[in-house]
Amino acid sequence: MRQDTRIKPETGRTQTVDPPSPPLADTTGGGILLRGVGHSYGDLRTLDSLDLEVKAHGVIGLVGPSGCGKSTLLELICGLREQSAGEVEVEGETAAEGRLARCAYMPQRDLLLPWYSAIDNAALALRNQGMRRQAARDAAAALFDRFGLAGFEAARPAELSGGMRQRVAFLRTLIAGKPVLALDEPFASLDAITRAEMQEWLASALRGDPRTVVLVTHDVEEALYLCDRVAVLSARPARIVAELRAPAPRAADRDAAVTDPEFVAAREEAMRALHQAMRGS
Amino acid sequence: MDDNVTTRWGGAWRWLLPALLLAGLVGAWQIAASTGAIAEALSLEKYLVPSPAEIASSLWENRSLLAENAWVTLREMVFGILAALAVGIGFAVAMHRWRVVRDASYPLIVASQTIPVVVIAPILTVWFSYGITPKIFIVALISFFPITINTLDGLRAVDPEAVKMMRSLNASRWQGFWRVEAPTALPHLFTGVKIAVVVAPIGAVFAEWAGSNAGLGHLIQSDLAYLEVAREFATVFILSAMALIMMGLTVLAERRVVRWR
Repeated sequence: MRQDTRIKPETGRTQTVDPPSPPLADTTGGGILLRGVGHSYGDLRTLDSLDLEVKAHGVIGLVGPSGCGKSTLLELICGLREQSAGEVEVEGETAAEGRLARCAYMPQRDLLLPWYSAIDNAALALRNQGMRRQAARDAAAALFDRFGLAGFEAARPAELSGGMRQRVAFLRTLIAGKPVLALDEPFASLDAITRAEMQEWLASALRGDPRTVVLVTHDVEEALYLCDRVAVLSARPARIVAELRAPAPRAADRDAAVTDPEFVAAREEAMRALHQAMRGS
Repeated sequence: MDDNVTTRWGGAWRWLLPALLLAGLVGAWQIAASTGAIAEALSLEKYLVPSPAEIASSLWENRSLLAENAWVTLREMVFGILAALAVGIGFAVAMHRWRVVRDASYPLIVASQTIPVVVIAPILTVWFSYGITPKIFIVALISFFPITINTLDGLRAVDPEAVKMMRSLNASRWQGFWRVEAPTALPHLFTGVKIAVVVAPIGAVFAEWAGSNAGLGHLIQSDLAYLEVAREFATVFILSAMALIMMGLTVLAERRVVRWR
């Protein structure tokens, strides 16, 4: 059995555990539950009576036409925004502040802070929790090795490649130690090859450290590879028009997984649903 | 062709070119002044149009007088800019933090810049006497505006997505300020200081003209009265040199502090 190094968010010390292991964050009875959620910006209705359930450690993908309100939905779940109707529950928390405490939000752009080194960027959440600089760096350094960033600890964000920047940004999100990860098109800015590599990398990261994940993407293939389920949203105001089950979520061999006939069929179905959703506008 | 020359000579060319231009201008002035051409053209006595050589010798002869008065003016400028930094940063942060402070004070801050220094300087001299206080006040008054406005713009340039990211990473408002907003604003603050350094000598000279016993502005004023034109030019030279050195120090400080640019 492979040994797996984990980071304990409250102490920042690494611990070695045997998989399968108890979840890092306590998510018993957790997950995400949305009931009749609506949202509008003034007169503009962006979400319409949306229902969604994600079990603890489940990974859900949200795909839909551009500007349909996917990102708004993500911000709602994270507690960065308040819904205008319905109820949003994250890990049993319904208040926005409570949701914010349980979700780590990863924006579309990596938003690494140029005045910090790669490791200080990754350790930002630990510093915010009051950990001393050196302790935070030590905690992040263990993950740098594990995620193929060893040797780049002191590098400035501008010195890193796009894929590396995205990895550091993802580590920053992971290190926050929250049960829910909210990822907004994390790989949209990368070229096709790097994106495929990063998807495989994220899949392995989630295998080693499972979390409840909401992944917003415009890439159906990415969603079907990384997620357990994919929800297709309609054009604004967004509703869920189709929900698909991924055949082999986060398979170790991505190339084999995405060329499997079952995967291809699921992708076709998702594309059809997406086209319908776009025409429906 | 021209570009090639510039690249081949690299850094040296960037110094050489303005130096040559300056040498040419000073040379032309030397010839025009020493032959009396300028004085003749302006129908003036020759001693009223000093040549660069005369200014240089005045600079040397009056070195201790100039140094004494430069020290006075330098202190006025430095303390004035420091006061403007303290008040300006404080104001910018408060204006950024509380909308009501911004709405209330923005028009007043703009209005404060329309008060002509020549008008307010004598009033302040009456209130605070001939000492350094009214000078610091005037320098601070005109330095305060570029520092405040640039810092405020810097604070408002923060990426709203970065703020969301920080909130989701458990950052308190204070942590968000120190880790995201303040570093974003820092280059803008330096821009403000650079402008302040350039306008500070103007403020100091006006303040000294309104009433003083010493300082480069005071010296210029008395030299004007006694038609000591060569020394006046020498004084202006010192004043400009001081501003240039302060500008250079600001740029150096910026390079040391804002390393990520």
